[in-house]
Order: sequence, then C-alpha cells, then structure tokens
Amino acid sequence: MIVGDHHLSTAPRAQDCTNREENRMSEKNLIDQVVQDTVLSRRSFLKWSAAVGGTAVLASQGLNLGLQSVAEAAPAQAAPATKTVWQSCMVNCGSRCPLRITVQDNKIVRVETDDTGKDEYGQHQIRSCVRGRSIRQRVYNADRLKYPMKRVGKRGEGKFEKISWEQAFDTIAGELKRIKDKYGNEAIYIHYATGTLGGTVAKAWPPHSSPIARLMNCYGGYLNHYGTYSTAQIAAAMPYTYGSSANNSIDDIANSKLIVFFGNNPAETRMSGGGVVYFMKEAKRRGDARMIHIDPRLSDTAVVDGGEWVPLRPGTDAALVSGMAYVMITENLVDQAFLDKYCIGYDEEHMPKDIPANSSYKSYILGKGADRTPKTPQWAAEITGVPAIKIAQLARESATVKPAYIAQGWGPQRHANGEESARAIAMLSILTGNVGLKGGSTGAREGAFGISVAAFPTLTNPVKASISFYMWPDAIKRGPEMTATRDGVRGVDKLTVPIKFLWNYAGNAIINQHSDCNGTVKQLENDKECEMIVVIDNHMTSSAKMADILLPDVTNFEQDDITSGSGGNMGFAIFTEKAVEPMFECKPVYEMCREIAKRLGIEDKFTEGKTQEDWLKFVVEATRKNIPTFPDYDTFRKTGIFKMKNPAGSVIALKAFRDDPVANKLTTPSGKIEIFSEALYKISKTWQLPQGDVITALPEYAPTWEGSTDALKSKYPLQLIGHHYKQRTHSTYGNVEWMQEAAPQEVWINTLDANKYGIKNGDKVRVFNDRGQVILPAKVTARIMPGVLSIPQGAWYKPDAKGVDQGGCTNTLTAYRPSPLAKGNPQHTNLVQMEKA
Amino acid sequence: MAKQLGFYFDATACIGCRACQVACKDKNDLVVGQTWRQVVEVSGGSWTAQENGTWATTAFAYYVSLGCQHCEKPSCVEVCPTGAMTKRADGIVVVNAEQCIGCRYCEWACPYGSPQFNEAKGVMTKCNFCEDYVAQGKKPACVDACVMRALDIGELADLRVKYGSVAQIDPLPAANLTRPSIVLTPHAKSSTHGDVKKLALDKGGMK
Repeated sequence: MIVGDHHLSTAPRAQDCTNREENRMSEKNLIDQVVQDTVLSRRSFLKWSAAVGGTAVLASQGLNLGLQSVAEAAPAQAAPATKTVWQSCMVNCGSRCPLRITVQDNKIVRVETDDTGKDEYGQHQIRSCVRGRSIRQRVYNADRLKYPMKRVGKRGEGKFEKISWEQAFDTIAGELKRIKDKYGNEAIYIHYATGTLGGTVAKAWPPHSSPIARLMNCYGGYLNHYGTYSTAQIAAAMPYTYGSSANNSIDDIANSKLIVFFGNNPAETRMSGGGVVYFMKEAKRRGDARMIHIDPRLSDTAVVDGGEWVPLRPGTDAALVSGMAYVMITENLVDQAFLDKYCIGYDEEHMPKDIPANSSYKSYILGKGADRTPKTPQWAAEITGVPAIKIAQLARESATVKPAYIAQGWGPQRHANGEESARAIAMLSILTGNVGLKGGSTGAREGAFGISVAAFPTLTNPVKASISFYMWPDAIKRGPEMTATRDGVRGVDKLTVPIKFLWNYAGNAIINQHSDCNGTVKQLENDKECEMIVVIDNHMTSSAKMADILLPDVTNFEQDDITSGSGGNMGFAIFTEKAVEPMFECKPVYEMCREIAKRLGIEDKFTEGKTQEDWLKFVVEATRKNIPTFPDYDTFRKTGIFKMKNPAGSVIALKAFRDDPVANKLTTPSGKIEIFSEALYKISKTWQLPQGDVITALPEYAPTWEGSTDALKSKYPLQLIGHHYKQRTHSTYGNVEWMQEAAPQEVWINTLDANKYGIKNGDKVRVFNDRGQVILPAKVTARIMPGVLSIPQGAWYKPDAKGVDQGGCTNTLTAYRPSPLAKGNPQHTNLVQMEKA
Repeated sequence: MAKQLGFYFDATACIGCRACQVACKDKNDLVVGQTWRQVVEVSGGSWTAQENGTWATTAFAYYVSLGCQHCEKPSCVEVCPTGAMTKRADGIVVVNAEQCIGCRYCEWACPYGSPQFNEAKGVMTKCNFCEDYVAQGKKPACVDACVMRALDIGELADLRVKYGSVAQIDPLPAANLTRPSIVLTPHAKSSTHGDVKKLALDKGGMK
C-alpha cells in the first residue's frame, strides 16, 4: 500500500496508467498540468465538455486535449496577469505565519513572507518558517485529491472509484439519516483533525467550531471529544494544580536570572516568526539568564545561544524533580512562606481535612509516605540517568537563583505517566516561590499574546456525551461499555451506542498520527463496526485511504478566509485571500456542508442565508466590537494583515493571585495552588484503572509499562521517543520534495549504541517491536542519550507487502494504550529493538 | 556602487531550520539536488558512563548556513576556461549560462560546493546574491527568510567593522584559499581550524 497509489478500479486500464504516470511527473510538469486543468475547468468548461461529452471524461482523460482547447479558445488569456495576495500557512504548529503569494495567470509562482515595517523586535516581521516557504509544492502536489470518490475495495485497501458530487452528497446525507434513525446522533463522531487550522470558516479544529459541527448541530448533534494529541496529559493534569495551564510569556525571560526548560523546544516545535523561538532568542539576549535544557535530546533550542544540556531518560522527569525537591527540602532551600500562604498539600500542616497522615508532598519526598522511599538524589540518579551530584547542583541553583523561568514543552507529558510529569515539573516553580512573579514562572508551557478574532458560530450540540479524542477506536468497538470512571467519558455516565459514522475533515489522525497504525488499519477493515467514514482532505494520506467516501477539499489558497495568530507579544490577523481558482473539482468545505444540509432539509438553518464571504463579513464586524482598532471588512481585505502589540507588555501568569490570593482565588476547589489535589485523591479511589496504572493526589514519579525500568527491556532494550521535525508539521508537508530534501526522515541513535549495533551514519536501520517495524536511515549523533532512540513524528506510514513500514512513521511502533487520567496518547513511551537493515 | 558585497552569518542564532535554503529554491525554482544555499550541521562530543547507570556528556551542535561566498579570490573564476564565470564590479560572482560549456572545473575548484551542475541544461548554476533583488534595494531571499535574523548582507568592509573578521569556522575551509566575502559570528562550540576534511557530507551538496 503506497500513499498516492490510488486509482479508479473500475475505470479502463488506460485510465489507470494515466494516473500512475501523472504521479511520476516532475514537479514542474505537475504544476503546469494542474494549472492548465484548473484553467480548463474554469474558463472553457462548457465549450470543451460540449465537444467531448461530459464531466467524467473531462476529468479523467481530457487534460492534454484540454490544454490545446484552452490555448485556442482563449488567446486573450495569454498575457500573464500578476498579483500578490496575503495568505497564511494554516497547519497545526501553533503559528499561522503570513505568506505573500505571487500569482501569475492563476498559478502560484513565488512565496514570500511578512515584509512589513522595519523588523525591530516588538514590531518585528512575522517571518514564516521553512515549511511555509515550500507551500507551492503542497498546493501543486501529485497526491492532491481531484474529485469525489467512493471506496470499491476492502476498506483501507486504497481502491476508489470516481463519483459525481451529487452522488457523494446523496450518499453522505442518506447515511447520516439512516444512522441517526437507527442509532441516534451519539453514533455520529467528528474526529480530531488539524490539517486545516486557524481559518474562520474553513477550519478543522477545534472540532466543535468547524462547519461540520455546525452542520451536525443543525441535525441533532454528534458525539464530542475532549483533549488533543498535542496536550492531552498536561491539559488534563495542570488545572488540578493551578486551575489553568498558564505560564508567563517567553519575552519575560529578559527579566529572569535562570531559565530551566523541560523538553521545551520551540526551535523545532515553533520555529517561525509567528512562533516562539525568534522571540525567545531576542528576549534572552536582553537579559543575562543562564539556560538549562532537561531533555533526552540536545534539541535545536539548546543549540541556540548554548546553555547546559542535562540529558535524562524519557518519562523520568518526575523522578528528577523529586530528587531536586529532596535536596531543596533537606537543605532548607524551599520558599516556605510562599508554600504556607499560597499552597495546600506541601506539608502535614497544610493538608485538606480527612486525609490520612503522611500524605503531604514533603512526606512523599522524605520517604514518610506510603512507599517509605526517600527521593534522594541517588534514588533519582538511578532512574533518570542524571548523576546525583548534578541533581543536587540543579536543585541548589534552581532554588537560589531568582527569578527563574521554568517551562515545559509537551514532550514530557506525552507519556504513560505524563499527567504526573506535567504536575511534577510545576513543583519546581512552586517550591522556589517563582509563581506570579516578573521573570518567574508556573512551570507550564510558555504563554503568548494573541488577538481574538470572533468565531464562526456553530450553534449548540444537543448531544452531551464526550470521549477522549484518543479513545475513538474503543468507542467504535465497545461504545456502550464505556463509562465515566473507567474510560473517562464526560457529560454522561456512559455511552449508549458505538460510533457508526465518522467524520474526518482535514486530519491524518485516523492512521498516521494515532498510535499503532497497524492495529488501527486492522480494526477499521471491519466495516460492520463503523459503517461510514467520510474523509475530506487535500491529499491522499494514510487516513484518507480509510474513507468510504473521499471528498477533495480546496486548500486555503483556493478560497477566502481569515486567520489569526501570535508573534510573541504581538497578535495578528490575516485576510487570507483566494490566490488561485479551486483546482480540479475541489470544493470549499462550507459548500460541501451546504449541499449536504440541503439534502437533509436544513439548508436555511445551516446557512442562515449566508455565503462564506457573508460569514467573513459577520466575523469582522463581531471582532470590531471587541477590538475597536480592527479594520472594517473592505480595508482588511485590502491591507491583508493587522498586527496589535500586547497592551500589557508581558504576560505574568497568576500575578493577581500572587498579589492578593484572597481577592483573586485560583479556580481550583480550594482557590489555592493544590500540590495535593483532593479531587485527584477522590478519582484515585473511584476510577477503575488497568493493572499498573496510577492516578495520585500528589505529583509523583510513576514507573510505567515500557518505561525505563520495565522488564520488557530484556527483549526490547531501547526507549523510543519522537520529536517534532522541521520537514513537517505533524504529517503535513510530509509529501513535499523540498522539505524531504531539507530534512530527510531519520532515526536518532547515540554514537555508543550505534557502535554496539554496528550501525554507521546513513545506514538503513530496522526498528521494531511487537506492534510493527519501520525502516529508515540512521542519524548517528552525540545529541541523544545512550539507550534512547528518537524518530521524528509525522512521516507517512507506507507499509510494504510484508507490512514493513518503509515510510518511517513512528506510530507504527507506538502503543494504543490510553494514559490513566487524561486517557491521552503516550506516544513517547515505547520500547524497541533495532538492527542494521 | 559596492566594492565587494558579502554575507554575514551568526552561528549563535541559527537553528538549522533551512528556511534560507527553501526560500532560495522557491526564488530560483531549483529542483531537488540543487541547493544554492545550504545548511550544514556540525556536532560532536563524547559520552562517559558514570556510577549507577548515569551519564556525563560533552555533546554539542551548531549549524552553518552557506550560499556562495562571492570570494575576493574566486577559484571558480580562475579555472573557468570560457570566461562564463565572472566577478562583477560589486564583487558578486555570476555564471553566464550562454558561455558555460558544463566542464565542471569550477565545481571541482570551489571548496564550498557553490557552483552546482544542472543536469537538464548541461550548465553550471550558482547563488547570484539575488542580484535582481539587490538592484531593487531588497535583500536576498535567504536573508529576508531567516526567522532568527542570523543572516545579513552588506559591503564586506562594513560587515567587518560591525561583526569582526572571522571568515572560517569548522566545517569551512581555510579562508586564505579563496578569501571568502563572509563574516561569521562563531558558535561557542565552534573551532576555527579551517580543516576542509571536516566537512559534514550528510546534508546536500558539499563535497
């Protein structure tokens, strides 16, 4: 099964060959081809189709003939008309970088970025990262979906047949009606998807604000989900400590004396001008803080401006923090006054009522708690791989050099014990009293300032049930067995029906970005469980291959929309103007929803009589009510970009609470920082968890399955993590040649391990466990800890005939095993073995 | 008119993202395999096992972004048998495709891997400092693409006044070979041996 190898199984053989040929075409040919095809379909469709006899022929066979037809029919079009429009890279990196697109004769010929102003820090240009610069190859890509298709082979086999839009809409509307009648709206699920992100109308995430959600809300609702593949564990856990996940904005490091990052790597996760890394560099250069990076990899963030790298074993952050806490407590370095005034649960004198003795954090650290184990630096050293003396040094420095900016990325939390790690890291800010201070921190991910563009209204979902974004395969298999206390179902005590209809708009998290690709493919092959999968996307991804009905979406370059983002302490919005006409037979998602609504008898309710442009006007007017300086629609459309600095300067998280904890209580049950969470304590007593999983009231170190101390290491001795990669935003851009050249897929292997296994830099390596095997080139480097491998996540899953993933997708090796509290994705908790391929 | 234009690169700021490389490819419509600007990763250091399964390391890494150095003593110009490779009055080294016979001597002579052969056209191609942009008062595509502001251009003499005179850090060759028109801010971990044998060969065209 090779991505892009889709074909029309019932079409003549010649058609098959044509398609394959097309996929082998050079990029230039492809660009010419698709542009010409688009020109053809827009400008001379009537003339040409009348001559040859119909849409189907036009789309499947008419490309070359069509060219001549255009040239002959429209000589007036020959003179190239050049225009430049504002656009954006609207994928899921957290940024929405501005792009300036030069278009000649309906063809994108040049991609540049923000060039406005003098580019001074604070008023800086929001420069796109490398991926945005390659966007021509994402728009003009051999994997583009061209017309609606229906599955004709076994589900997942990748065999599709072209159908008309009428047929596609009729089928989808018919299936929605049938499934709603038979099972109810709770059987209809909108899957997590972020491939088209940041738009106003054309947006896949958050799912409850997509046009699909509006459509379904007009039709009785759908099964919700909560959480994300990015932040599940920290988002679920951190509010138990603080009531939120806020942290100071990163420009505040200019006021810090020490910066400690746990797995925080904006140079790879948010590497654009719309991201954090430029902002971080400039702020750091304005202060004089020393920087410490705690991470199994020497990330590119640690490369910039140096700093100290403290490598630790994946999943052991909480052990490191506990070892540091032991030193701070025993050497009287904690900020006792802060702990007494602002926190509960630190010591026995500040515990909630009716909790057994020796349940405080201090008791846990000193070995007076249930496990009777003092969390000495020696104890932590053995678990983390960080020498005890280094742990003691880190503790002393963190406790005495103030203010300290402590932040964590989302890598530490994407583990089987990620909820514990997230809260444990926050303990450093708490024990040292850095919370709510200028130059200080909460220990959560760094904050930023953005402007809030009004939302496209999606109405209210009548269905109250919500599942973790991660557990949809369970909801397909055993929905009615899923409960609140065993499976984290929210809104109701239990589900009543399994998922029968799955919407997947602009997402690759059915297969590629979900755990255990092989397992999910196998499950979904059974089309008696989930009876209808509708995929709407730009490219033939591994998730698109699971579709029963597959609809070709336009890219954001083929429609008008509005996006907004953050450039550090500056928010911005862009009118993303249509650069080129919709390619092939692609349609905007709003139009698709309108057509389906029409067939369900809810068109008026869905559209309220508005076109996509009418909604954009509505959104601009609504935004102007909140931000009076926001331009009117016509001005915005003309100027393209609007920037606004944070009027308050930097974000200081929980400042009001620090200033007056009585008047400005946190949203935790006690209103204080909850080191011991009574709510989690209750959950730990009432939830049913699989053997070995724990939820604890304190942030503790919890050894896990496939962790650094699991017995399975005798068979699979290497820990495998993933990292965000410059080639891709998750899986997006994974099929772009310039990006594959700039950052080829690879597995990071420590030099000592490589020597042991006889592997040299660039060798093909087979990495495997019981779930699957991948083949990819080795990057042999000192930049990763011995005993740990890292495969950058998001490479396209490409199993060969023997099931070996030649694409190097990390999720071929990850486990579908929800984390205890968040029911989230532990995709960095894996044990594997490797060999030279 | 400039006497000698040059590039500036700050190795303490570069995150190795290759926005410069891809912006260059977009500007010049370069196919895969042609990278007029490229980014090389340099890394090293060792690991030492400590007690109780713990580790100590001296690992380090940094990146170097390289276009053509538009050398003051360009070896590509010296070896070109047809006069296709020339140095302009403003110091920019350009190749004239009309005159180029594709003998590839320049490719062999350049220690930076700057001239690159276009198989389809049978001629050499190279970074031309975005001469069209510079003529319009703009900066080259790579410079305006850099999210970290690690790249800049200017009159070489001015760049040296502003940033110093370092023109070689590992993995670049010794600057006295061709007198590259570049000013570098070295990374804390970079040495300035000018040892050409240390070129990292894993990322693209440096040979």
